[in-house]
Amino acid sequence: MYKIIKREELNPSVIRMDIAAPAIARKAEPGQFIILRVCEEGERIPLTIADFDREAGTVTIIFQIVGKTTHMLGQLNEGDDLLDFVGPLGMASRYDQPQKAVVIGGGLGSAIAYPQAKKLHQMGVEVDIIAGFRNRELIILEEEMRKVSTRLFLTTDDGSNGVKGFVTDILQKQLEQGVKYDLAVAIGPLIMMKMVSNLTRPYGIKTIVSMNPVMIDGTGMCGGCRLTVGGETKFACVDGPDFDGHLVDFDEAMRRQQMYKAEEKQTLEAHICRLSGKENADA
Amino acid sequence: MPNLALKKVPMPEQEPDVRNTNFREVALGYTEAMAVEEARRCLNCRNKPCVGGCPVNVRIPEFIERVAAGDFAGAYEIITSTNNLPAICGRVCPQENQCEKFCVRGVKGEPVAIGRLERFVADWTMENEPVPPIKVDKKNRKVAVVGSGPAGLTCAGDLAKQGYDVTVFEAFHIPGGVLVYGIPEFRLPKAIVRKEIDALRACGVEIKTNMVIGKVLSLADLADEGFEAIFIGSGAGLPSFLKIPGENLNGVYSANEFLTRINLMKAYLFPNCDTPVRVGRRVAVIGGGNVAMDAARSAKRLGAEEVYIVYRRSETEMPARLEEVHHAKQEGIIFRLLTDPIQIHGTESGWVRALECNEMELGDPDAGGRRRPIVKPGSQFLLDVETVIIAIGNTPNPLLKNTTPGLETQKWGGIAVEEETMKTSLEGVYAGGDAVTGAATVIQAMGAGRKAAQAIDDYLSGRRQDPENPACVVGSEVVEM
Repeated sequence: MYKIIKREELNPSVIRMDIAAPAIARKAEPGQFIILRVCEEGERIPLTIADFDREAGTVTIIFQIVGKTTHMLGQLNEGDDLLDFVGPLGMASRYDQPQKAVVIGGGLGSAIAYPQAKKLHQMGVEVDIIAGFRNRELIILEEEMRKVSTRLFLTTDDGSNGVKGFVTDILQKQLEQGVKYDLAVAIGPLIMMKMVSNLTRPYGIKTIVSMNPVMIDGTGMCGGCRLTVGGETKFACVDGPDFDGHLVDFDEAMRRQQMYKAEEKQTLEAHICRLSGKENADA
Repeated sequence: MPNLALKKVPMPEQEPDVRNTNFREVALGYTEAMAVEEARRCLNCRNKPCVGGCPVNVRIPEFIERVAAGDFAGAYEIITSTNNLPAICGRVCPQENQCEKFCVRGVKGEPVAIGRLERFVADWTMENEPVPPIKVDKKNRKVAVVGSGPAGLTCAGDLAKQGYDVTVFEAFHIPGGVLVYGIPEFRLPKAIVRKEIDALRACGVEIKTNMVIGKVLSLADLADEGFEAIFIGSGAGLPSFLKIPGENLNGVYSANEFLTRINLMKAYLFPNCDTPVRVGRRVAVIGGGNVAMDAARSAKRLGAEEVYIVYRRSETEMPARLEEVHHAKQEGIIFRLLTDPIQIHGTESGWVRALECNEMELGDPDAGGRRRPIVKPGSQFLLDVETVIIAIGNTPNPLLKNTTPGLETQKWGGIAVEEETMKTSLEGVYAGGDAVTGAATVIQAMGAGRKAAQAIDDYLSGRRQDPENPACVVGSEVVEM
């Protein structure tokens, strides 16, 4: 069992947890992920490692409540245990020494982009961060991101904070103004990573994206996480999760992401229904 | 006087039309009376050719003699002196190519039903006389086993029974490897696997789940933790695809993924279990091995109306066990033989719509002796399906190789070992099972695990001697002195 040491709500639907997993904490590197299971009948879900503390023996995850599993996970408190927690899986992010990098995070993706920015910052790279959210209530990790960046650009879709618009609007402006980046790291929704990759392509800026497809074992055995990169089939779990954004077939990835949408909706609704039924019975 | 009936006592089974709608076990097992009757067919011949056909050399005539005498617990003791997983072997071993192939009774009539008797003995013991843990003198020496499939469990069981402290590291959340994620419930109930593993735990084997060796711990880390020898039984790895257009459409599965969803994650219970699996009205399974049969029969049970086995050669060349092919046909699986897939077509929204195939005919034998399939010109056709399952094998998982300097592999990726001892290129590191041979059978993996356990014991016993004084080393010629 893997104890929840610390739990913090970053916004109403995004939660950060430190999990006691000393063996994983010893080996974890930015870019890698874990797979967890909450209950006996539960599914295995992959989450990117948001941070780790080798001395405390903890691994930090940040997740958004979207389906049944994340919903149940969100209801757990400090002191509770996760049933299964396995990792570190996947390849660690590898960067040559860039001069100036732009790290782009979309929504929850900012939580995953942050450790990348931190790592680059620690390598002595000049880092700009562009982080986008739907509205001001959903902004997470603002202070943390500010600390590891030269410039932090915040956008909100509705303009309730920072610049109204999308992260790609800011990026496009920077590129048009002649800001020279030699590395872009984009983590967020597939459509955002696709748009960023399209923007950087004509400038020849190396662009790394982090893919998070449907997965079961996370060790290469099932092939469910396969995607097309540069015309070849790759497994996100063992070949990634980082890939060259200019080579990823995002349209295919977006289609594959839809594969179990109906079933995901079904389990979530049944779960909420059971919960509310129980609450009513208690009242 | 032995029972001279030419045929085996038949195995009670669920009716095909009933069983293809549920996941309960197909073969129901012998009763005590059936077992005794079948056991009496054994002539207890002096040469015991059956024993040589068994990769773990079960003392077959001896245990069958005990069954005939009604001493089932005695029979169990004889079997488990060389086989740690009898309830599993009795169900999934290809006995027709092993012990039963050499049975004298098979010369005229059917061989003795050794597999069914083994299964009966194991099931009877689990039910009636749970085995007391064996007391062994602890050696206080640690051995690590990577992977809890048939190879790893066998190696672990053998070493634990000799007094070693054995820890098994499993990547998944449940131990058993292919026995739990690959072989379906209706051929091998998971409760049986759990009981066999519990019996090993009772012998002192410790199992740590959620441990991906090569990621969370390297082999060097294991050595640092005091493990004096390591056995790698990490299994076959990455699923192979056909490299034809359309393989990444929604609705295309590797057999590994399809079966893992169903067996390990219990997708057949969805929505009572959270992991889903998608099965269309019509399903094509590509491949002709046991895994293809398992996938096809699972798809049928999940409600598919038409399930096709698409195989590019003829039935004679099919690698699947005869019994599996027979069961599949009984359950209504449609065999599209001499059919070679060339493309998967999708709908506008990216879901599988049809499998395009060529018809084939058999030409001259290839290097392996199987007749080579040749395309019939102009024979392309579309097979309308919503789900495609690719069951054409695996390539070795490079995870350990990539994180273990000095671990040598064969050209195609399997771990290289010395055949007699299963020793790898690294001191104190042994390997066996699919990780070495590529996809094979449960019992072959168990045989390798057994051989490695013996070699590990030899190695550690030798190492206990004073290295400064080679005269003490067991097995070297200087022992003669």
